[in-house]
This record gives sequence, structure tokens and C-alpha cells, in this order.
Amino acid sequence: MAKPERLAVIGNGMAGVACVEQVLRHQRKFQITIFGDETHVNYNRILLSSVLAGERNVDEITINDWDWYRSNGIELRAGVRVVGIDSQAKALTGDDGSVTEFDKLIIATGSSPFVPPIDGVDKDGVFTFRNLDDTRGLLERSRPGAKAVVIGGGLLGLEAARGLQVQGCDVSVVHLADWLMERQLDAAGGRYLAHKMENLGVRVLCGANTARLRGNGRVEGVELRDGRVLDADLVVVAAGIRPNAAIGKTAGLEVRRGIVVDDFLRTSHPDIFAVGECVEHRGQLFGLVAPLIEQGKVLAATLAGAETAAFEASVPAAKLKIMGVDVFSAGDVRDDQEGVECVRYEDPALGIYKKLVLRDNRLQGVVLVGDAADSRRYADWLKTGEDLSAQRRSLLFPEPLGDGGLDVAQMPNAETVCGCNGVSKGDIIEAIHAKGVNTLAQLKECTRAATGCGSCTGLCESLLKAVAPEFEEESKKVLCGCVPFSQEQLREIIRTQRLKSVQEVLDVYGNGFGCQTCKPALSYLVDVIWCGDHAEDRSARFINDRVHANIQNDGTFSVVPRMRGGVTSPAELRKIADVAEKYQVRMVKVTGSQRLDLLGVKKEDLPKIWAELGMPSGQAYTKGVRMVKTCVGTDFCRFGTQNSIDTGIELERRLENLYTPHKFKMAVVGCPRNCAEATVKDVGLIGQEGSWQVVVGGAAGKGVRKADLLITVETTPQALEAAELFFQYYRENANYLERSYDFVERLGMEKVRKETVYAPEGKQQALLERLRKSKERSYDAWLERDRPSDPTQFVQIQPLEQPMPQEATA
Amino acid sequence: MKWLRVTQVENIPVRQGRVVRFGSLELAIFNLGGAFRAVESRCPHKQGPLADGIVAGDDIICPLHNWRISLDSGFVKQPKEHAETCVKSFPCRVEQGVVMVAIPEDVLREAAA
Ligand code: SRM
Ligand SMILES: Cc1cc2nc3c(=O)[nH]c(=O)nc-3n(C[C@H](O)[C@H](O)[C@H](O)COP(=O)(O)OP(=O)(O)OC[C@H]3O[C@@H](n4cnc5c(N)ncnc54)[C@H](O)[C@@H]3O)c2cc1C
Ligand code: SF4
Ligand code: FES
Repeated sequence: MAKPERLAVIGNGMAGVACVEQVLRHQRKFQITIFGDETHVNYNRILLSSVLAGERNVDEITINDWDWYRSNGIELRAGVRVVGIDSQAKALTGDDGSVTEFDKLIIATGSSPFVPPIDGVDKDGVFTFRNLDDTRGLLERSRPGAKAVVIGGGLLGLEAARGLQVQGCDVSVVHLADWLMERQLDAAGGRYLAHKMENLGVRVLCGANTARLRGNGRVEGVELRDGRVLDADLVVVAAGIRPNAAIGKTAGLEVRRGIVVDDFLRTSHPDIFAVGECVEHRGQLFGLVAPLIEQGKVLAATLAGAETAAFEASVPAAKLKIMGVDVFSAGDVRDDQEGVECVRYEDPALGIYKKLVLRDNRLQGVVLVGDAADSRRYADWLKTGEDLSAQRRSLLFPEPLGDGGLDVAQMPNAETVCGCNGVSKGDIIEAIHAKGVNTLAQLKECTRAATGCGSCTGLCESLLKAVAPEFEEESKKVLCGCVPFSQEQLREIIRTQRLKSVQEVLDVYGNGFGCQTCKPALSYLVDVIWCGDHAEDRSARFINDRVHANIQNDGTFSVVPRMRGGVTSPAELRKIADVAEKYQVRMVKVTGSQRLDLLGVKKEDLPKIWAELGMPSGQAYTKGVRMVKTCVGTDFCRFGTQNSIDTGIELERRLENLYTPHKFKMAVVGCPRNCAEATVKDVGLIGQEGSWQVVVGGAAGKGVRKADLLITVETTPQALEAAELFFQYYRENANYLERSYDFVERLGMEKVRKETVYAPEGKQQALLERLRKSKERSYDAWLERDRPSDPTQFVQIQPLEQPMPQEATA
Repeated sequence: MKWLRVTQVENIPVRQGRVVRFGSLELAIFNLGGAFRAVESRCPHKQGPLADGIVAGDDIICPLHNWRISLDSGFVKQPKEHAETCVKSFPCRVEQGVVMVAIPEDVLREAAA
């Protein structure tokens, strides 16, 4: 058998490897060697923005790991830069001195950041933003309070700015043109965008020409032509990209701005091909992934000698990947030319701007800022060039879709759904049929679709809906009309956008007001996400959480002190009795949770009563840790096998004062007779000879549910730790007002176990670490008796002036 | 109409309410971020303490059963069946850092009685 032909690829980036993936699908086999001057395996460059913004870590953006190269027989020469091509001898020279012969060659060297010749750009602290090393450098250099200046207000510059800001930097964007993203937006769209960025806290300076960078070796400031100087601890230059085409010249190929290729990605040499940002096709250069994936497919077919359609560049479409700042632009958006018409919509209060540019009733360009939900529709119109005369009345206000399945049915199988990961409609259908995919989450795991910028999520869902036999819509229920996002999205938004107060979330992502539904929920979310290091806003809390007592039907309050493990003492009882008499509480009652309740207390009396009791808050009024009920256990009981009292008290101490998505109740019992009802609590510890069973998700309220076994462990410290792991996992992942019994049903115990007690050591430690952090910042709410959150927290305000009696009676 | 000096603005935190009493008249005064609103303090549903509610824009949500009441007009907004019902509302202004509220003479007379 003849030896397979040798195929060499220069560039281990997105276009090159996507093409190799396609080559592997064809019959004709090659012996493949890939040269990449980066030391990392192939990764998703697009997602560097989300790495910088802390949404993903470095290993999460790998596209193909070492195993993939190995199992496909591909030699990866990572860290080797090709410095010359001898097209006569058909050989490559590497910067390590190696010489490699090839039969066919693909050049996929991408492009490099363009760094304008500004005085001082060589200073330490000046970065570009193109690859993993740049990103790592930026992450290292950025720290809370650092001043960062981004030169360039295009897609990349803005994403870099947001990322740095999320890292805590104080960020300014310096942009030469009169408005942001001037190539994709018009002046008005650019202004809307600038406003959104400013709202997020990123300063925007347009029409700003950088004169030079100041600093002694290390950058200290950016000096503008108009004399303004911005302090800077770090500078990112994002002023555009230039194709890495020089390598083509060493082979004597035709090179203009990029390496010139024909419709089949062939260069001027019959055995050399090029793909990606390094090419120039019909005078056009490329800077986005979608067309490059197309190129890869055409080239793979060309190499395989298969019949294929010519490469045709699609209409360029750009989408900004900053959460909460929707920007979409496609086609030619200039509206000052002969024969074009412009349809506009804007709402300054909501920050929404939309513009369609039409020619002969056909869409030529589109700009969406603030609401890009309909981008797909416009992208379709651009692609099909459809005559829109019949739809003139609803161009900007689409009729509600009758059947979401219809338009996906018409889509050809080969069409790309997820541009970030190059997943086609056909791939998704195959995953649904062959792998039994039914949910979006499964689809993401199986195909990586919708894991990039996320803009194809809706389309993936429509496909699932149309094709998957048992499609389950994920609970996309929005929190409420004031902030129309699901709690899962809100958690992501709050974390990645570093929002620390309820009002910030409402201002940036909501209607600015909020209501009784969203405010308490957001209060919980900012608290748990920042482990208590948030900006507490009492006005967003229910009255119970403003005065730390439960409001009753007549406007008075109840007081339930903490009695850890249900254990009290004569001295404590005496104090309770004294207080009850002194303040004439309407009733003293033993509660269903092994403690005592003083009912009918006036708001003004609360601080005094707490002080006189000298006991901590039992949190009976809030979505938080209620109690740990215990039985008498080994200390007294003839059947006791474990020390339930001490263990229960310790558990309560570890978790008390923390807030939870819904109330959280626990019990510890000394043997399976279960006298304190541990099997119907959110967490129960059930002692048995030589071990503890840790059970979770039990209920005996509105409904009855027997708790599920989380794990059986030998020692008390292990049992406490298992309870803590579940507790923190529930805190971080349950929806607000979701009790643990619904939470474990929704997720399934298998997943709960895998993510808590059977999670990798590192994950467990991280959960416990965040729990510890929250705990450190928490405190007994009743101490606010001495340190009120505001001066009139418990005070009855006396008016400065009363109407004169004669006036009132006159 | 009689303008009465109530309390220093800082005694009513932003987006919260506090109760003040003039004789038997109980008012709930709200700080909507510099602008103040005053309404009768008891909810028309079952006398819930409106001052303890959550402020939602220009509305207040009663803490007992979530009735929603406009602080501008005093009218109930939710439940819709009760949109005819209202609480009395009173004009407010700020003078030299003090919240002032205007109360009609007849209301004052009744409260003193
Ligand atoms: C005081 C107490 C009744 C008593 O006198 O024993 C009580 C009183 C209230 N319970 Fe309870 N529950 C009390 C023990 C229980 C128990 C028993 C237990 O904790 O072991 C349960 C069943 C277990 C459970 O939580 O599931 C219980 C299940 C509920 C439920 C149903 C929860 C569920 O998801 O099924 C509610 C309603 C809710 O939370 O949505 C509720 C809600 C309430 C509220 C807070 C209603 C409210 O929002 O105002 C009651 C406050 C009355 C007031 O004016 O103060 N209460 N409640 C008990 C206080 C315990 C404590 O010391 O903290
Ligand atoms: C932060 C960021 C965000 C982006 N966001 C988006 C987005 O949202 N949507 C979108 O469509 N596009 C986005 N892009 C652009 C997208 O990443 C590029 O279009 C795409 O990566 C280009 O693929 P490529 O293979 O041509 O080049 P690259 O991915 O850059 O790959 C080229 C590889 O070749 C290597 N190389 C170069 N010369 C040599 C040599 N002589 N020897 C060996 N190796 C060499 C390079 O180091 C590089 O690893 C983004 C880019 C960045 C940097
Ligand atoms: S039944 Fe078991 S746990 Fe309950 S008191 Fe007796 S020994 Fe203790
Ligand atoms: S008392 Fe106000 S809603 Fe019921």
C-alpha cells in the first residue's frame, strides 16, 4: 500500500484545526503534522474574552486535547514556529532548526494585533489581546483598583475593557473614531453603546487620539493629543489586526494584504493552500470565525479531491459578547448612500436602538443595540436577500412566531448553528437521534453547541423542540417582570458583572424599581454570590429581615431566641420568663422546632428584649438557618449510639446566622428510632452503631417527603462536613424560595452526590472555603440592637411639630 | 391645609417608610430617593402596616398580603378588583432638611378629637 501523503499545517489555531477536523472526515487519508508557535493545544480563541471576564478558566476553552491529536495520528509540534517555506523542495524550516518535508501544505497562521507606532508602546505593562499568554498576562497584572486604559473601542477592545473591569480595574476606553465600533455601528448606535458601557462603569473617550505612553520603563499613563493624561497601571492595545501573511512570501506565493487564495482556498502554488485570517479572498480579509469554518470545509473537500461548492464569503455579522450589552451588526450599515432607505427605532429610556438599511426593499445592513433578540431574523434576510415589501409594517416589530419549528425545518443540514464551535444543524440532529439528547444542557455537553457566545441558544432550543422526542424545556422562568432573567442567568450576571447591590442589578438589568418578588430574591443572590461581601440594602428586604422578627397579623412581632439543639437552662428560662412578664408579651409558646416563642412584641421593644434575653437570634423570621433539633442521644438514652446533642449543637453553631434560598431546618438523632424527626428535615444526621447517615431533602410541612441518603460516614467530623457540603451547594444552586426537598428532586440525588460528597477534592474545598467566607462575614442579627443599620431601624419617629390644639379644634 | 414639620430627611432611609402619629392620625411617610410621600399607614385590606412594606417604584406593597398601593394617588393597584379602594394621601415637601407634610384642617380636627 502506498504511504499516505504528508500534510503539513502551519498554525494550530481555530481555522487550521477546524479544517483538519474536516479533512479527517474524508476518505483520502493524510499523515498530518501541525505546527503551532503557541505551546497550548487548540483552544477557542473567542472565549478568551470570557476567560478574562472570569466566566471560564483556561482549561474550559480547550477545543481538542492531546488525546484528540494522538488518537487521530496527528503530530503536534507545539511551540515550534515555522520561519520559512521552500516551495521547490516542499519543505518547512522551524525556528528549532528542524526541516520537515510535505506533499501538501496548509497555511493557517491567522493574524497578529496591529500595534500603532505610538511613542512608548514598548513599555512594561502594555499588552495586546490575542492569545492565551496575553490573557494570562492581563489576569496577572489586573487587580482591584488598578487603572487600565484600553486603546481601541472595537469589539475586542470593549470586551477587554469589560473583562478588566470585572477583574476590579478602573477602566477607560480611548477610541480614535467619533463613536465606538465605528465600522459596525452608526453614530447613534455608537452613542447608545457608549451609554451602556458607561452604565457598567467603563469610561469611554471617543475622538481621542493617543499621543504617547508615559512612564519610566513601566507604563504609568496615556497622554492624548488634546493634552489630557490618563493614569494607567496597564494598557491594552486593541487597534485592529494584520494578517500573518509574510510566511507566504518566503514561499514565493502571491501576497497582497493577505495570502491570495481562489474560491477553493488554493494559493498560487499548486500544493500550497491557505485558510483563516491570513488569507485574502477576492480582495476581502476576515476577522470572524464563521466564514473561516466555511473555508475549512471547502479546503478539506479540495484536498480530498471531492466535488465541492466554491467558497463564498457570507455577509459579515458581529456580535458583542458582553453580558447585558446586546450589540449586533451585520451587512453594510452605511445609510448615506444613494438609493438606500433607513428604518429606525429608538427608546433612550430603555437604551434600545435598532436600524435597518434597505435597498430596493431588501435588507442591506442592520444595527441592533440594547436588544438583539431578533438578530437571527435579520441575518436570514441578509442571507436570502428576500424582498421585504410584504413585511414593511412589521420590520422592527415581528409578529409573534406561530411555530418555532418552522424556520428551523427549512434550514439546510449543513448550515452552521453555533459559529463559535462550528456545530451544524446536521450535527445537532445526529446528537439528538444517535445520543438521545433531550435537553439543552445535554446538547451543550455532547456537541459544545451554545457554549461559546451563547447567541445560538434560541436556535438550539427550537431544534430540540422540533426534533427531540422528549424535549424538556429548561425552567427558563424569569424571576419577575422587573428583571426578566432566570435566577440562573441572574447568578451569572451578578457574578460576572460584579454587581454587589440589589439596586445595581435593578438599574442595569431591570426596570430600576423592583418589587416584593425580586428584591428579596436579589438580596439573597448578591449575599450568597459575594459570600456576604455585598452592599446590603435593607429597603430590598422583607420587613422581617429589616427588624429581625416575624411580623404578625396585627403588625406586632414575635421573638424566637436561638436554643441550639433545643437545649436550654434554668437561667435562660428565668430570663425568658422575666422578659415575657416585663413586656407583657401576649403569649409564650413552645414551637414545633424545639424552642420558645414570645408573641405580640412591639417593634420599639425588640432591641430591649433582645438585650435583656442576651440570647442570639433564632432566625425564625427569615429564609435562613432555623434550628437543629436533637434527641437526648448517648448522654441519656438507653438506645443512643451517637452523641446527638453535642453534634447537633456543633452543626447549629457552624451554620447559624447564614441565609439560605428558603428556610433550612435540621435534626440530629442518636439512633434510627429518629425521635427528632431527622428523616423529614432539610438535613438530618442519623446515628447508628459506628457510623452516621447523612440524609437531605426531607419534608413534613405542606407535603411529606422522606429524606434521601447523601452518604454514610464513620466519624462525626465527616458527618458534619458532608452536611456543610450539601448546605453550601444548596445555597449556591437552589432558586430563591426553593426548599431543599424540591431542589434535590429537580437535580436528582446522583448529581447532588457527584457535586458534593463525591466531588473532586478541589471542588469540595472550594465549597467549604466559600462557606467559611460567608460564615466569617455573618453575625447574630440581634446585635443590631446596638449597631442599627440606620438610626430609626427600631425607633418610633416623633414628629417635630404637633398641630396646635386650638388650630386643630378651631 | 396645614403644613407640619415631621422629621429630618435622614430619619427615613431611601426606599423605606416610617410611621408618624399626629393625635390619632397615623401616617406612613416614604422616602423615594429625595422625594417624599405620605399616606394613611393602615392597609385597606386588613390594616397591615404599610410603612413596613417594600417600596416598588412609586408603589408600596403591604407586608401582610401583598396588596399594591400607589403612593401618588393612594389607590389600590393590585388586586385589580379593589382598584376603587384607596388610602388617604397627603402632600409632602422638604424644607431645610426637614420633611413637611400638609394635612387638611378637618382631618386634624378629627385626629385631635
Ligand atoms: C412558630 C411556629 C409554629 C409553632 O408555634 O410551633 C411556626 C410559625 C409559622 N410558620 Fe411554620 N412554624 C413553626 C414550625 C414549623 C414546622 C415544624 C418544624 O420546624 O419542625 C414546620 C414543618 C417543617 C417544615 O418547615 O417544612 C413548619 C412549616 C411551615 C410552612 C410550610 C413549609 C413547607 O415548605 O412545607 C410554612 C410556609 C412557608 O414557609 O412557606 C410555615 C410558615 C410559618 C409562618 C412563618 C407563617 C408566616 O409567614 O408568617 C408562621 C409564623 C407565625 C407567627 O406569627 O409568628 N411553616 N413550621 C414554629 C416555629 C418554629 C421555630 O422555632 O422556628
Ligand atoms: C479575544 C478575542 C475575541 C474574539 N471574539 C470573536 C467572536 O466573538 N466571534 C468571532 O467570530 N470571532 C472572534 N474573534 C476572532 C477569532 O478568534 C478569529 O477570527 C479566529 O481565531 C481566526 O482563526 P485563525 O485560525 O485564522 O487564526 P488563529 O486562531 O489566530 O490561529 C493561528 C495560529 O497560528 C499560529 N501561528 C502564526 N504564525 C505561525 C508560524 N509561523 N508558525 C507556527 N504557528 C504560527 C498563531 O500563534 C495561532 O496560534 C475573537 C478574537 C479574540 C482574540
Ligand atoms: S430513640 Fe434513639 S435517638 Fe431517640 S432518644 Fe432514644 S436512643 Fe435517642
Ligand atoms: S393587610 Fe395589607 S394586604 Fe392584607
